Amino acid sequence: MLNTRDILETINMIDNEDLDVRTITMGISLIDCIDPDIKRATDKVYDKICRYAENLVKTGEDISKEYGIPIVNKRISVTPIAMIAGACQTHGLNDASYNSPIKFAKTLDKAAKEVGVNFIGGYSALVQKGFSSGDKELILSIPEALATTDFVCSSVNVGSTKAGINMDAVKMMGKAIKDAAVLTKDRECIGAAKLVVFCNAPEDNPFMAGAFHGVGEPDRVINVGVSGPGVVRAALSKLSDTDDISKVAELIKRTAFKITRMGQLVAQEASKRLDTPFGIVDLSLAPTPAVGDSVAYILEEMGLEQCGAHGTTATLALLNDAVKKGGVMASSHVGGLSGAFIPVSEDAGMIAAARSGALSLTKLEAMTSVCSVGLDMIIVPGDVSNEILSGIIADEAAIGMVNSKTTAVRLIPAIGKKAGEELNFGGLLGGGPIMEVNKKSPAKFINRGGRIPAPMQSLKN
Amino acid sequence: MRGQWLNFDMKAVITVLGKDAVGILAKVSTVCAENGANVIEVTQSIMQDLFAMIMMVDTEKCTVSFAELSDSLVALGEKEGLKIHVMHEDIFNSMHRI
Repeated sequence: MLNTRDILETINMIDNEDLDVRTITMGISLIDCIDPDIKRATDKVYDKICRYAENLVKTGEDISKEYGIPIVNKRISVTPIAMIAGACQTHGLNDASYNSPIKFAKTLDKAAKEVGVNFIGGYSALVQKGFSSGDKELILSIPEALATTDFVCSSVNVGSTKAGINMDAVKMMGKAIKDAAVLTKDRECIGAAKLVVFCNAPEDNPFMAGAFHGVGEPDRVINVGVSGPGVVRAALSKLSDTDDISKVAELIKRTAFKITRMGQLVAQEASKRLDTPFGIVDLSLAPTPAVGDSVAYILEEMGLEQCGAHGTTATLALLNDAVKKGGVMASSHVGGLSGAFIPVSEDAGMIAAARSGALSLTKLEAMTSVCSVGLDMIIVPGDVSNEILSGIIADEAAIGMVNSKTTAVRLIPAIGKKAGEELNFGGLLGGGPIMEVNKKSPAKFINRGGRIPAPMQSLKN
Repeated sequence: MRGQWLNFDMKAVITVLGKDAVGILAKVSTVCAENGANVIEVTQSIMQDLFAMIMMVDTEKCTVSFAELSDSLVALGEKEGLKIHVMHEDIFNSMHRI
């Protein structure tokens, strides 16, 4: 039985509260494209992606129309390219016939354009314990790969609870972030916005820029990421100021349930129509720069004057947990990042809080210990040293490693600009003010290299 | 049972929201009839000036695709200054029922 109130509620969520499915992401394994000849390997990669994802965009649009639910993005994730590129002969930086993994980046970009998706993730390497063949070459090529392609996203996993943190990789990634920004400084440093450094990276994450198709995944799979901060905020705004916190948590759970059910339906339908196994629904609350569709506003709705105030970490912990509890029951398989995102430049409330000075980098770091992802889409001054960027990565990876959770760093050094000025990427990536960074140097620590040993939490067997 | 829908297979839910005017129901049902969509149930309410109608239609014998039916109704809405949504009933079933 459907009743009128339920129907009108759903329509109101879509029309006025920015409810949407953020992304349908098709994961494609490229393991069978491995070839010692790089030309043959890239040809196979291109063919496989185009064959598998041929109907992805059209199917997404059809489902969107039939169910009346906006599906914002259609995307692809692939096996970490370092594994594929590592098998190509004549590889090695000192080899005269050096074949750069950039050829793979260009292939991915071309395939993305051919099938019409707006991002393709997987220009990635997993180096939490050390580098295997192809890993270092790939990491060194990331800045150029991101500068010379439009849709390719890159991620590198530098740590895990089981393996500890690879400090050599942390050092390399500080430089990679900086170089990616420098090479794209005439385009608002966009290169760095497509690069994520992970600890405990999930292998089935549908969200960019950190999506890649893990080695334990099937040949192809459909993962769906839901959204809906605006819906949660609107629901909370109907509570009175004297309603207690249990009531707040309960309401978030109920709302998250409805949002996730919609995601589950879309995922099942897409899986059926594309004849591709359904993987997971990612329960994340992903904000957009649209006014109202903000995670920061949810925290403020709970009773903070502005996001970043003392109490922010507690409200975020509550939100993150309630979203999971509501979402878990609504979907048969939950995975990916599943939690609240706090990307500063993509969230109107976070941008406002950063501008007013209420939200600082140190507060954001604390917030990442209780929610999903990490220091995401934060614009820092362009003169920040590589070592400081590595230091930020190390701190964030440590939080992830010790707490057995995913953390990530996506910083954009604004080359030639200082704290207080702004960058504007446009679209879903948004824009925002440059945030102050502690300039004391961690250089000696970063330059030591080596590995931070895995914590006690890793000894669970 | 007022305000509730009986459950059949393959249904679309058409919602029409906007300012009240003469003949809204007739215009919407004409488009449905032209496309072979069978109207099963209608509820409508008018609060002050606001018109809200929810129509359940069976699209089993529809002569056009779901997307085309949706397009022609949305176009009608734009012409008449109404907000018309055409959505598969499953979306409501999954969101509001366990």
